[in-house]
Amino acid sequence: MKKAIGLFLVLTMSVSMMVGCGSKTSNDTAKSDTEASSTEESASTGGTSSDIKVGVIYIGDENEGYTEAHMKGIDEMKEALGLSDAQVVEKTNIPEDETCYDAAIDLAEQGCNIIFGNSFGFEDYMLQAAGEYPEIQFCHATGYQAAGSGLTNMHNYFTAVYQSRYVSGVVAGLKLNEMIEKGTITADQAKMGYVGAYPYAEVISGYTSFYLGVKSVCPSATMEVQYTNSWSNMSLEKETAEALIADGCVLISQHADTTGAATACEAKGVPMVGYNVDMTSTAPNSALTSASINWGPYYTYAVKSVIDGTAIDTDWSKGYESGADCITPLNEKAVAAGTADKVKEVEDALKAGTLNVFDTSTFTINGSSIEDLIKSDEANFGKYAAYVSDGFFHESVVSSAPSFDLKIDGIKELTAN
Amino acid sequence: MSTVGQKEVKEPLIRMMKRDSIPARTAWLIRIAAVILALIVCAFAIVAITKLDPFQVYVGIIDGAIGNSRRTWVTIRDILVLLGIAIALTPAFKMKFWNIGAEGQVLMGGLASAALMIYVGDKVPNWLLLITIFVASTVAGMVWGLIPAFFKSYFNTNETLFTLMMNYVAMQIITYCIVFWESPAGSNTVGVINAAKRAGWFPQILGSTYGLNVIMVLLLTVGMFLYLKYTKQGYEISVVGDSQNTARYAAINVKKVIIRTMVISGGICGLMGSIIVSGASHTISTSTAGGRGFTAIIVAWMSKFNPFAMILVSALLVFMQEGSIQIASQYGLNENASELITGIILFFLIGCEFFVNYKVEFRKKQKGVI
Repeated sequence: MKKAIGLFLVLTMSVSMMVGCGSKTSNDTAKSDTEASSTEESASTGGTSSDIKVGVIYIGDENEGYTEAHMKGIDEMKEALGLSDAQVVEKTNIPEDETCYDAAIDLAEQGCNIIFGNSFGFEDYMLQAAGEYPEIQFCHATGYQAAGSGLTNMHNYFTAVYQSRYVSGVVAGLKLNEMIEKGTITADQAKMGYVGAYPYAEVISGYTSFYLGVKSVCPSATMEVQYTNSWSNMSLEKETAEALIADGCVLISQHADTTGAATACEAKGVPMVGYNVDMTSTAPNSALTSASINWGPYYTYAVKSVIDGTAIDTDWSKGYESGADCITPLNEKAVAAGTADKVKEVEDALKAGTLNVFDTSTFTINGSSIEDLIKSDEANFGKYAAYVSDGFFHESVVSSAPSFDLKIDGIKELTAN
Repeated sequence: MSTVGQKEVKEPLIRMMKRDSIPARTAWLIRIAAVILALIVCAFAIVAITKLDPFQVYVGIIDGAIGNSRRTWVTIRDILVLLGIAIALTPAFKMKFWNIGAEGQVLMGGLASAALMIYVGDKVPNWLLLITIFVASTVAGMVWGLIPAFFKSYFNTNETLFTLMMNYVAMQIITYCIVFWESPAGSNTVGVINAAKRAGWFPQILGSTYGLNVIMVLLLTVGMFLYLKYTKQGYEISVVGDSQNTARYAAINVKKVIIRTMVISGGICGLMGSIIVSGASHTISTSTAGGRGFTAIIVAWMSKFNPFAMILVSALLVFMQEGSIQIASQYGLNENASELITGIILFFLIGCEFFVNYKVEFRKKQKGVI
């Protein structure tokens, strides 16, 4: 009988606990409901920052470098514009399928005035949602279909990440020079390895700008690229880096999301340049720096545009001049002497616009310059005519996503694709 | 589990006895109690993570599942898919043929509809295209069901392993096709198929995007109920399920029944694939079935193969899933929160069957407790 009484007491207690809590907070819920509905009413009119609601769809969460960078950007925007937590609705780990459409619609129904999506495969679903909610702004990172979609509320954004890659290449090139000077390697042995994700323009543009950065200070450098066919695969990236090192590469860089390559380089004592995040915690003696993107300036710009009621660029791509690109702090333990000064010089030139990363005089394709190839009227090169003028390839100008997909001399792709 | 071997020396505190029979009302009371308990435990789990009170959590769950008409339709759409696959699995499981290959059969059906949408989308009128899609996806699912059934009946292969492995074959085929259908190039996904012309998409019916889904799945549900309960074939299925020897004695061609039933099961799975692809997602990927081929097994078993009970079970599961997705995004949890909730509910639902089948008695002295 004692047990029965005990059980009864426990039950009553838990029930009363639930009831107690319930009555306390039902007010809060009601309050947030009214807030939400008032937001919906003013959705299309714009107005002050207190009326606005922002929705974000992420491919990953805070544990994944690429999404983490976007989240930091959103936080920066929140702070800059003074938005409260309730004004930003974030959906994480959304796969690149119809779930993205459901998420976009749900954000729209919650009264968001502007909705961001951060993964390439989201674009179709965001376009579909954008067509159904013409009064809501949809902004898609890394895509390219906004301009051709005929929708005024669909936008693409990306940053001129090739600039950060170029700067990180300069850091790598100086390191190679130091190794040549010390006699560790000869000038001919200055071969680098690059762990790439997929053979897409985004990756090709990235490794080419990195390579051009290296070459600007170390002319004898060459590079091998090996694809992993995955954006994020820790063990595969590590193995790929190890294979490249075994193949005689003396410096490693990457366009993939994990620290796999950094782990391999630290173990083998090979210097490396990372991507997205500072990798010195994984490779304290080997990581030189990482090419990185700061998404904050765009998020602040786009949300501010909605608040002010001004139009958002259909294709937005800014770089060093707006603070959207940077490299992570130099690892003083690993970089060559004088790197900081040279980096500052290159960065200043990028900001001032006096330095163009894809200067056509700095690279050749099968021994010819891109201008000659376009002129030679070969069908394969004619399409680049729109990009090349004034002595450089205008990357990310026609559309915000990278479009440089030429295989230049000095770089060898190991994967046959 | 029974009282065998129990001496007078020391009686155990708790004894379990198999019940001979249980009134349907008591059985349902036990199940309802399990659902309520599951909800309470779910609430405590969420409270432990979010530090919120349960009331608010439930408001969030209800809001997430049916908070506005869009969400309600998404919930209905997903209930229909789960229900349809459970219906498809029912004849196979009733026959004690462990078809855990629904995932692959659905994927093959989805693949067939995606292929038709891509290759003949702009060549034929939509009604003709949709009929072609239904036929082709059903056939694709049938083939995926026929292969393991053939080997089971003629070579007595293990159908559990066979159907499971067929899932991975289907996934690989889809991965392979994505290479050709990739859009936009470089995304490694197929994207929205025929976004502009909507060729091969279900038309709006009764003012709803998912009207046709509702009609088709409900027809399947009623049809399966009638098939199992009132046809000779349905009776043969339950005889084969109970005892193959009895079936043989009754001159039932067991091989034929196995193959026929799996063709039906796979065919409906394939048709569900087209309902997912043409009627909801308009894309194809390895996650098109999304594990629902496995969850549907539980739905079918939980419902004791009663198609109408399946409506309730799949509704409960999907309702809680959609609701917890809302909780997750509202309070910054990740998608595992929703899996946690589903896990707790399934634990209680399956666990309660123990109490339906067994009677628990405490030591006589404390009989008052019960």
